[in-house]
Amino acid sequence: MPAIEMSNPAALPADWRDILALTKPRVMSLVVFTGLCGMLAAPVMPPLALGFTAILCIALGAGACGALNQWYEVDVDAKMRRTAKRPLPAGRMQRETALHFGVGLGAFSVLLMGLATNWLAAVLLAASILFYVLVYTVWLKPRTAQNIVIGGAAGAFPPLIGWVAATGQVDVLPLLLFVIVFLWTPPHFWALSLFVRSDYAAAGIPMLPVIAGPQNTRRQIFAYSLVMSAAAVAPWPMAAAGPIYGIGAAILSLVFVVLAARVMGNRSTEPAHMVPEKHLFAYSVFYLFALFTVLVVDRFLA
Amino acid sequence: MKLEDEVIRKRQRERARIMAWLLGGFVVLLFFITIAKTGINW
Repeated sequence: MPAIEMSNPAALPADWRDILALTKPRVMSLVVFTGLCGMLAAPVMPPLALGFTAILCIALGAGACGALNQWYEVDVDAKMRRTAKRPLPAGRMQRETALHFGVGLGAFSVLLMGLATNWLAAVLLAASILFYVLVYTVWLKPRTAQNIVIGGAAGAFPPLIGWVAATGQVDVLPLLLFVIVFLWTPPHFWALSLFVRSDYAAAGIPMLPVIAGPQNTRRQIFAYSLVMSAAAVAPWPMAAAGPIYGIGAAILSLVFVVLAARVMGNRSTEPAHMVPEKHLFAYSVFYLFALFTVLVVDRFLA
Repeated sequence: MKLEDEVIRKRQRERARIMAWLLGGFVVLLFFITIAKTGINW
């Protein structure tokens, strides 16, 4: 696209790259991966076409959440450095475009999931989209410092949906996977929000570091890391997973707790000195990928 | 043609092309879903 001055860029048809950016592709990759692992950990495998469709629907549902989140938060995004260049706050797209795209994509993903796999998976997908948009984005996020604690449930749905798409029913292991991602979300997001605290404060988002301060947040991160680690190892003693998973989960969780302890020991309030927080944030992404990978490896080798 | 018109046409063309590919892919996907649901072995 040539660098030209437009009278009103938002009045033009949206560029497809901006439409793609609405779906938050990087967030989508983690959602797709956990959904895929939830499906692969199930005792029965759906036909390839149906399995692919289920994962596609999870991806489209996540994309719908991203679009609707950006539609609702355009004013907040405009105040934060990290998000100011997104298509809506940058004025490259009309708000209605994001709304129509998000609603259409969400409805399409749920319908396709129901028709291709089963309606329980479709209901769970619809619930996760509605929970993320209405409960997290609209209700909790601008109101309470516990936003990410309760809102984390939205991101915990994909492994459960993947499993249900394969089996048609809920079981102990997918519920444990739900709990693991649910408990992983607060330390993951709080580590990030510690070093972008000024952004959240400027946007008026009551993230825990803004409301309760960095030290309180660091203690909460450590506490959640301990509980999350217990939940991560739990599938092994509960006989929902084998020793490969159990030992892998224990090692990965131990590193998580050590990094969380380093975060708790840090006293800095300057983002430039928040190296432990940045390490924990980066490791938390790796942790979830690795934990679910070990689960699938355990499932196929057991 | 004004520069804005050119940009509009270019974006419309790009979106139409992508939409055509997506619709084509959806048709193929529906075909395989149907095959899988009906349990036909090839």
